[in-house]
Amino acid sequence: MGSKGKLRNISGSKSVLNGIAYLAYIFLYLPILVVIIYSFNKSEVNVEFTGFTMKWYGELFAKDRDLWTSLRTSVELAIYSTIISCVIGTFATIAMHRYKFPGKQLIENLLYIPIVIPEIVIGIAFLATMSMFGVDMSMATLVISHVTFCIPFVIFTLRPRISGFDASIEEAAMDLGATQWRTLRRVTLPMLTPGILASALMSITLSIDDVTISFFAAGPDNTTLPIRIYGMVRGKISPDVYGLCVVIMAATVLLAGVGMLIMNLNAARTRRMRED
Amino acid sequence: MPRIAKPAKVKKLSHTLPLLSMISPMVVWLVAFLVVPLAYVVVVSFMTKGPYGTIKWAFSLDSYAGFANPVYAKVFGKSVEIAILTTIFSLILSYPVAMALSKMTGKKKMLFMVLLVLPFWINGLIRLNGWVNILRETGIVNDTLKLLGLGQIQFMFTDGAIVFGMVYSFLPFMVLPIHNSLSKIPPSLIEAAADLGAKKHRIFLRVILPMTVPGIFSGTIQTFIPSLGAFYISDIMGGGNTMLLGNLIKNQFTSARNWPAGAALSVALILFTLVVMKLYNRVGKIEDLV
Repeated sequence: MGSKGKLRNISGSKSVLNGIAYLAYIFLYLPILVVIIYSFNKSEVNVEFTGFTMKWYGELFAKDRDLWTSLRTSVELAIYSTIISCVIGTFATIAMHRYKFPGKQLIENLLYIPIVIPEIVIGIAFLATMSMFGVDMSMATLVISHVTFCIPFVIFTLRPRISGFDASIEEAAMDLGATQWRTLRRVTLPMLTPGILASALMSITLSIDDVTISFFAAGPDNTTLPIRIYGMVRGKISPDVYGLCVVIMAATVLLAGVGMLIMNLNAARTRRMRED
Repeated sequence: MPRIAKPAKVKKLSHTLPLLSMISPMVVWLVAFLVVPLAYVVVVSFMTKGPYGTIKWAFSLDSYAGFANPVYAKVFGKSVEIAILTTIFSLILSYPVAMALSKMTGKKKMLFMVLLVLPFWINGLIRLNGWVNILRETGIVNDTLKLLGLGQIQFMFTDGAIVFGMVYSFLPFMVLPIHNSLSKIPPSLIEAAADLGAKKHRIFLRVILPMTVPGIFSGTIQTFIPSLGAFYISDIMGGGNTMLLGNLIKNQFTSARNWPAGAALSVALILFTLVVMKLYNRVGKIEDLV
């Protein structure tokens, strides 16, 4: 086979692959498109599209206090759990990377528990234990349960970044007389910042969409948005819920877009600095 | 100042404090809020059901004896069947997607990677509800079929719909690990195989596929295990017609208020997952899981 034929063959199979990939992305986004369309639907029952309206958005911003409260609970929960799990996870990652110690394998196995055991079991175990101690479900129990399943993901996201480190930089800092704490604060943590941000993103993503564990760990006064939607989804979903999801979606896309723009600018700046 | 080599013992001591202070918060947290609760579930599973959903602290094997109930066997069988189907379909769809992703470069790749996880920021239940609107009796697909005079198809509230919803919900968990494995294959290896005259399908079967086995297994675990417990997907897509293990456990803790029975089912689910992990350990390392 000539090299030209070979090339065509490769690009041919590539377009088949791309075709399947595009179909998969349509599969991912099709229901989202439907949600967007239905948020502008005049018909309240959403069986068919009867006309364009902004009414639901009006109601969403004017009336739906409950929905906004739930969204607020979800966002607060994601922020608290992310901060706590990132702090705990970062220090643990550094310790496990830097030191050898007895029981390390045991701790390693501990981290896989939330990943291999179905969420529902973790959720009911948490609920049963809290009720044994007579603890009422509240924002605190929600945060505790979310931190528990976020910690391993923070560590596993951070670990590849720390193992790519040049250990000699930390050694150099210590050789120059920096204490361990100072080395950690001025050398290790700044080098880890991109990794910590990636872990934070991971844990926000996990926390904000969680249904199963929140179902068992939430009290009656701290309904998260997914739990409130779970309560509706088996009955009738009011169109303003679609509206809220579209608002969240728009905010997310905006944030992701801004994030990518900043990363692009940073990359361009680094390239320019290298060239100079 | 000349550096003086410290005696080994002193050095070790100076490491103990930072080590302990950095690692103990994580260990204490996971033991207190994960290990202790799981152990407590095991204990509860051996207790007796009290009145009004309480636990009577008397040892009994009642909850495990309840497994003889044929309903349990049916639920368990159905859950495993749906989880296996979900995994197979997810794998078939994810592999080409992961390959296409691994062939992309630069900004295009970044965009498609972001697009893969972006739906997670939109509530999963609402996305499933979007599918309900598309697939139900008076939904978009059936309305179109009716318009074309092709009759109707019952998509919703079937086991197929549950599998569909699960494949949809867990797709990125299959795509990402396979993509991870693919990106670890050195291009020189594929070039070498091609230079030695291997045809494309042979390169795929003998080089690419074997090298991605860890990713395939990692994705399989990350799809199969959540499929066993995700009660909300069968609620929405199955319309409550199909009871899966997750629904059964949830019911014992909510409406049935038989905590020991729910705990025993959870223990069974834990044991089953451990067996799956043991099988996984033969083909892949647990470190490759994430």
